[in-house]
Amino acid sequence: MRNRLSGIFWSLLFLAVPVLGVATFAVAPAFDHWLPKDVSTHGVQIDSLFYFILALTGIVFVATEVLLFWFIWKYDAARSDRPATYIQGSHTLEVIWTIIPAAVLLFLAIYQMNAWADVKMRRPDMPPTVEVVARQFEWRLRYPGRDGELGTPDDLHLTNDLHLPIDEDVLIQLKSMDVLHSFFLPNVRIKQDAVPGMKIPVWFKARESGEFDIVCAELCGWGHYKMKGRVTFEPRPQFDAWLERKYAEQEATQPPPEAGESLVAN
Amino acid sequence: MTPPTATAVDHGHVTVSAPAHARELHSPKGGLGHFLSTYVFSKDHKVIGLQFLFSTLVWFLIGGLLALAVRWQIAWPWSDVPVLGKLFAQEGGQMAPEFYTMLFTMHASVMIFLVIIPILAGAFGNYLIPLMIGADDMAFPTLNMLSYWFMWPAFFFFGASFFVEGGAASGGWTSYPPLSTNTASSPASGWGQTLWLLGLTMVGVSSMLGSVNYLTTIILMRAPGMTMFRLPMTIWGMFITAVLQAFALPVLTAAGFMQLSDRALGTGFFSPEGLIVNNAVPGAGGGQPLLWQHLFWFYSHPAVYIMILPAMGMVSDILTTFARKPLFGYRPMVYSVAGIAGLGFIVWGHHMFMSGMNPALGITFMVSTMMIALPSAVKTFNWLGTIWGGRIQFTTSMLFALAFVSMFIIGGLSGIFMAATPVDIFIHDTYFIVAHFHYVLFAGTAMGVWAAIYFWFPKMFGRTMNEFWGKAHFFLTFIFMNGTFFTMHILGAVGFPRRLADAYHYETFHHLQPLNAFMTWCAIGMVASQIIFAANFFWSMFYGPVAGRNPWNANTLEWTAPSPPGHGNFDFQPVVHRGPYEYSVPGCEKDHLMQTDPPNPAAVAAALAAH
Repeated sequence: MRNRLSGIFWSLLFLAVPVLGVATFAVAPAFDHWLPKDVSTHGVQIDSLFYFILALTGIVFVATEVLLFWFIWKYDAARSDRPATYIQGSHTLEVIWTIIPAAVLLFLAIYQMNAWADVKMRRPDMPPTVEVVARQFEWRLRYPGRDGELGTPDDLHLTNDLHLPIDEDVLIQLKSMDVLHSFFLPNVRIKQDAVPGMKIPVWFKARESGEFDIVCAELCGWGHYKMKGRVTFEPRPQFDAWLERKYAEQEATQPPPEAGESLVAN
Repeated sequence: MTPPTATAVDHGHVTVSAPAHARELHSPKGGLGHFLSTYVFSKDHKVIGLQFLFSTLVWFLIGGLLALAVRWQIAWPWSDVPVLGKLFAQEGGQMAPEFYTMLFTMHASVMIFLVIIPILAGAFGNYLIPLMIGADDMAFPTLNMLSYWFMWPAFFFFGASFFVEGGAASGGWTSYPPLSTNTASSPASGWGQTLWLLGLTMVGVSSMLGSVNYLTTIILMRAPGMTMFRLPMTIWGMFITAVLQAFALPVLTAAGFMQLSDRALGTGFFSPEGLIVNNAVPGAGGGQPLLWQHLFWFYSHPAVYIMILPAMGMVSDILTTFARKPLFGYRPMVYSVAGIAGLGFIVWGHHMFMSGMNPALGITFMVSTMMIALPSAVKTFNWLGTIWGGRIQFTTSMLFALAFVSMFIIGGLSGIFMAATPVDIFIHDTYFIVAHFHYVLFAGTAMGVWAAIYFWFPKMFGRTMNEFWGKAHFFLTFIFMNGTFFTMHILGAVGFPRRLADAYHYETFHHLQPLNAFMTWCAIGMVASQIIFAANFFWSMFYGPVAGRNPWNANTLEWTAPSPPGHGNFDFQPVVHRGPYEYSVPGCEKDHLMQTDPPNPAAVAAALAAH
């Protein structure tokens, strides 16, 4: 017995994949389920590359899924007396659908190199603005004191409360005391693992003031979920004033640690 | 193109008696010894395949329940866990954060090492390789038996680790040091982690024993006329998988021993000098945490293909059978599988873009990763070409195979986001990657496995599974699966990190709880739908309609054997005359030409005339 409805039902189920798939991505931004606000200068490169790949894969996704639906719909044995086409393949088609994706992928590979180099390879020539030392389960911060050098007795020590100036390059020296962590600033499109035994430079330029999350993005133990910090971006004068205030607080509450008694050996 | 029937016309349909040892073992003996040698310590590849199948399905259930517990915590953090809460509750019925890290670690470890890898290579590889190439058994039956029985120490180590002090491993399935090597770093990095490493080593031994066996069997024991390019895609998938196992596994095994040694003997392969964890006294140093990542991913990236290539092969065979059409582009399909395997060895660094590895090295891995998308794309286009112009039969097996194609497209395309290094900066270790690998491994491989179970069940048990309940199972699984996993892309776009017991205290993620609750409801529905599958599976085994030798009118050799095949498989010597996909051959009265069918004089004449 031929069940004509069966093929129609299953074809439509497969059509639902691209329809609902695209709908999900179309609706999500309206509910604020989308890329968080970006306040960095390089983030626009990352976001536009994301949108570019989204458009590209979106087209391929819709095209292939609709073809799949159409073939299932059209070549249902129960609704057609057409014999199956006896064909072993097509050399021309194979060449076409090898070369076109290869060209697109190669283009994509070359196209993105510059953005990657900006974020991870073209390090600004400057001393570290701050040293971030990850530790189970907190972010320890060390600002160079008045002498502008890290590892001297006048270093300013803080925890989880990172402040950085806007509109200028900042260079963070990232370290870990114990296990792997990952320094993730969603609003600055920055992520870098902190590895014990390594000093890894992280740099960016913020272009807007505000207070945002610091998230640990590499499993670091049971308290991984609560390894939370905050980063505050502010104009240089406010930043300097904050630094001065924190410095005074440190002077008032505790004697400065001796030189060399820093948290982690340099 | 070579006409399919013209090359092997000189082979006749030779009938020979089953091999001598087969007849010997068929003789009734009775007694416990006979029972043990037939069903427990069997050297018959089919029994071993079924042992793998049953064991892995049990672990599939355990892995699924672990996933539900993970989902519970993500949707409703710190709320009392229903039913199971009483078993592990320290305070009331809520789970502790260290328990949560253990749950996702063991969910992944169980699913990867005790389900996906052994169900593909162990269950289907064992069952299908000799049958599909026309051999009476594997080349090394004793090794084959051992490959199953080496899984039992692994089952024991993984299972027992839940009950040791500190609980099972909780350093993630990637087991990155120093969290996994330094016992002061986490409550579970004591015995739990040691047992995890021992279990992993045992799975490796099992895979290696299987791998050498599959390679030898496929190379040496093919039936007369079964050339390499007449092998069904299932066998190509298994063959390339075995090659990947053979070359990649030693590295993981070595790395596992190094980690064991760091933990037990106080070496420092993966620990830098002067590491102070949790104020404990520093141990030996001089090592590098990134070394583990390189060694681990040198195996575990090829392992990603170990977890999909056999499914791709089985899906190719099922699509052709129910589209009644030859596979579109057989040779490009074979070359794509080989290309994936080759490139698969030089892309491992894409797991380490954010690891602190030299960013310039990241660029080379980015380029090779972009290029590995190509053979997958070629395969997808060829699957579409295969169903184009066919006569599609909507069996449960076909629906799962079509779902594999549909879902693999999503999983493949989402991979491009991560391969793009600048985008990866944002989505690395977020739910975007969780969406990606669940689309490849669950929505891909698991669909392929179900397609294969419904397809080969009649061969395994001589009875067909119920089609109505099969389709109900498919429909519910398909809906709930997409509800659970598609939405993960959206979480990833927000930057929602994986492996966090509770992310809602972050300003960036505080509004994502309702979406996560929706996903958890879908996950519960998905697991509940498997009750239909389990009932259908066991009911059909005993009461399903009796299947003949070839219930689907398929072409490959296993369908010429009895259902289920006896010891020694074939009651005649199969001789192969053509490739595996001769469906709807013009001028042929039935719509399929089995590989053993004697050459059809009319088709030969037509093919010669066409030359």
